[in-house]
Amino acid sequence: MDAPVRDWAAFVTPGEGEDIAHLDLAVEGITCAACMVEIERGLGALPGVTRARLNLTNHRLALEWNPQETGAATLIDSLERLGYRAHPFDPGRRNEAELAESRMLMRALAVAAFSAMNIMLLSVSVWAGNASDMSPTTRDFFHWLSALLALPAAAYSGRPFYLSAIRAVRAGRLNMDVPITIGVTLALALSVMQTIQHAAHAYYESAMMLLFFLLIGRWLDHNMRRRTRAFAENIAALRAETAILIGDDGGLSEVPVSAVGSGERVLVRPGERVSVDGVVASGSSEIDQSLVTGETGLVGIGPGAEVYAGTLNGSGQLEIRVVAAGSGTLIEEVNRLLDNAMQAKSRYMRLADRAAGLYAPLVHGAALLTFIGWWLAGIGWQPSLVIAISVLIITCPCALGLAIPAVQVVASGVLFREGVLINSGDAIERLAVADTIVFDKTGTLTLPAPEIVNADEIAAGALDAAARLALSSRHPLAAIISAAGKATAPFDNAEEIAGSGVAATFGDVDLRLGSPAFCDAEAEAETIAGRHPTASLIAYRVGENPPVVFAVEQALRTDAVAVADALRQRGLTLHILSGDRPAAVAGIAAELGIDDWQGGLKPTEKIVAIEKLRDEGRKVLMVGDGLNDAPSLAAADVSVSPVTAVSVSQAVADCVFMGSRLGPVVTALDIARRAHGIMKENLWIAAVYNVVAVPLAVAGFVTPLLAAAAMSGSSIVVTLNAWRARLGRAGLGEA
Amino acid sequence: MDVLLFTIPVALLLGFVFLMAFLWALRNGQFDDLDGAANRVLLDDDVDEADNGNSQSPT
Repeated sequence: MDAPVRDWAAFVTPGEGEDIAHLDLAVEGITCAACMVEIERGLGALPGVTRARLNLTNHRLALEWNPQETGAATLIDSLERLGYRAHPFDPGRRNEAELAESRMLMRALAVAAFSAMNIMLLSVSVWAGNASDMSPTTRDFFHWLSALLALPAAAYSGRPFYLSAIRAVRAGRLNMDVPITIGVTLALALSVMQTIQHAAHAYYESAMMLLFFLLIGRWLDHNMRRRTRAFAENIAALRAETAILIGDDGGLSEVPVSAVGSGERVLVRPGERVSVDGVVASGSSEIDQSLVTGETGLVGIGPGAEVYAGTLNGSGQLEIRVVAAGSGTLIEEVNRLLDNAMQAKSRYMRLADRAAGLYAPLVHGAALLTFIGWWLAGIGWQPSLVIAISVLIITCPCALGLAIPAVQVVASGVLFREGVLINSGDAIERLAVADTIVFDKTGTLTLPAPEIVNADEIAAGALDAAARLALSSRHPLAAIISAAGKATAPFDNAEEIAGSGVAATFGDVDLRLGSPAFCDAEAEAETIAGRHPTASLIAYRVGENPPVVFAVEQALRTDAVAVADALRQRGLTLHILSGDRPAAVAGIAAELGIDDWQGGLKPTEKIVAIEKLRDEGRKVLMVGDGLNDAPSLAAADVSVSPVTAVSVSQAVADCVFMGSRLGPVVTALDIARRAHGIMKENLWIAAVYNVVAVPLAVAGFVTPLLAAAAMSGSSIVVTLNAWRARLGRAGLGEA
Repeated sequence: MDVLLFTIPVALLLGFVFLMAFLWALRNGQFDDLDGAANRVLLDDDVDEADNGNSQSPT
């Protein structure tokens, strides 16, 4: 079967205007506004393109074009030639709800702001007038105007809080929105009553300013989460959530999972994840069901067996008849990871959670006691109620509740942008305190796929020709050579000689590719072997010319040496624990300057080594390829895994980093340390605020307006402090 | 004092008009890409020489 054709039609939606097609793309490689200009001008200049608009906030491109003049494939190629890779979004699963909620919060914020500020205008006048000689009629007029502004605005902009409070009370618990709702309602009711009684004081501005400040905090928080989630969705688009549809004519096309209907047939190749729920129509293989059932053993399946989306296919090719229309699992996994990260259950969080849980009843209790206390002290029930409202507002534990999650959300977002996915929220704290790093070798320090390591010694012409010859061989090393030379056309008369190599004639010249013996290249092979002792060698000879020898092995990641230096600079001790032969590990350890290394370890021995380090009191960060290192990864205090061909959830590690560079490990450590520091600052801010503010409120020194300002102020300070996690530089090159 | 009966409601009405304008801009999607909007202000639009008969100095 040929490679499937990408069916762009499934990703394209109708655009604005007749005969206009629309496509949304997640674009990789955007670094600044100049990229935005390049892309928009570059694509906008192409014929047929009516709209090319890049959203710099979430790195998404909205493209519209006339299908008669150009097509999606052309446009994406043009984008790639500009230097940016792009991946389409599955239109069946756009998350519109978050954008809608963000806008709803902004609308509520705008209404609350309008109302609060105009009421302040009137209230300040009344306060000044009370001190001088404002007439009671004027004051009443201002109060009634304030009521007119406050009541509808409070009803509209307070909805997020009221609805949340009602839901919580219905569920039998108290959350932080309950005291807010009670506070706002009491303040407004009291104010109306006092206005009717022609009193000198009313509290409309307190209620509205409270809502205004709280909404600012909510909007900031929601927006941070939206950004983080947008990057996660971009990463999911990058992993291309598609299924290979088998058409009625047997042709293959690659479509988004949501476009696959019930009863259609889907192809799952060896090593791929099953994209849909269905029944095997033909083929047999083994399935790793751990994602769904938790079983880690492989289950053999054949025709008639049920398979589930998200499970990993083994070595056989399967044709699946779809039972349930796919809902796609990768983006759900990523979202689940994200949700886990955001609802962190870390040590600090658990503490803060419990504190916040006890707090709500405490808040109401304190307010009630204050009310009773002052009433008994004889100042009258209305002033007592005012003080009680102040206490209710100021004791609200919003800052404490936001202290840790706010930082985690911001840090997760920064990490996503750097290509690091966090699997669990408290990973950040554990990363921050790590002082020892253990590296696996194969696939971690080295790239997972072998490549030609002496490419710079080989003439380009030789590589191209060798690559064409390699197409005719089924040897795994040959595939690497043909990929490196980007060969597409094999030689017609090429012949593979089992165990030796491939031979062909071009014109009247003999071409040979294969073992050094096959190409009479043993002498040259020895020289190359001297330089690359652990590489596999393939020779290539044209006629009687001197042979060329390719050394193929898994190369060290390009920035591995720089990363090792950077980590040592940051005070970490480095180790290598590898299952590979000691000879192979020694060379790499020497290159990286790591003295503590062990080779030839079995998985259980790795665990023993890690436990030994932990017994010495070290906090161990293990960086390993998640596939067979799962137990050792679990044995360490915190673990990081490179994502290669493995699906995100298969990595047992706490964090997963994308790409072929090791730099993200350093970046993750830097960001985690900074975030950890900020979390501690936030807890202090929340604690100090409560210790100072509550006694002042109970003692009657705080008006409801001041209470609103102080309480929201503390939340906003905590949230903005969390934003500092985005600042500063992290990663290689920044000490 | 009577003038206040007039001026304050007028002021509130003006404020309300701006509130509506803001809500319209929000619905129009103008706040969806704050980073992009911030940077677009700084971009240069090259003068298109084909359109101008009397072109200014070449960019």
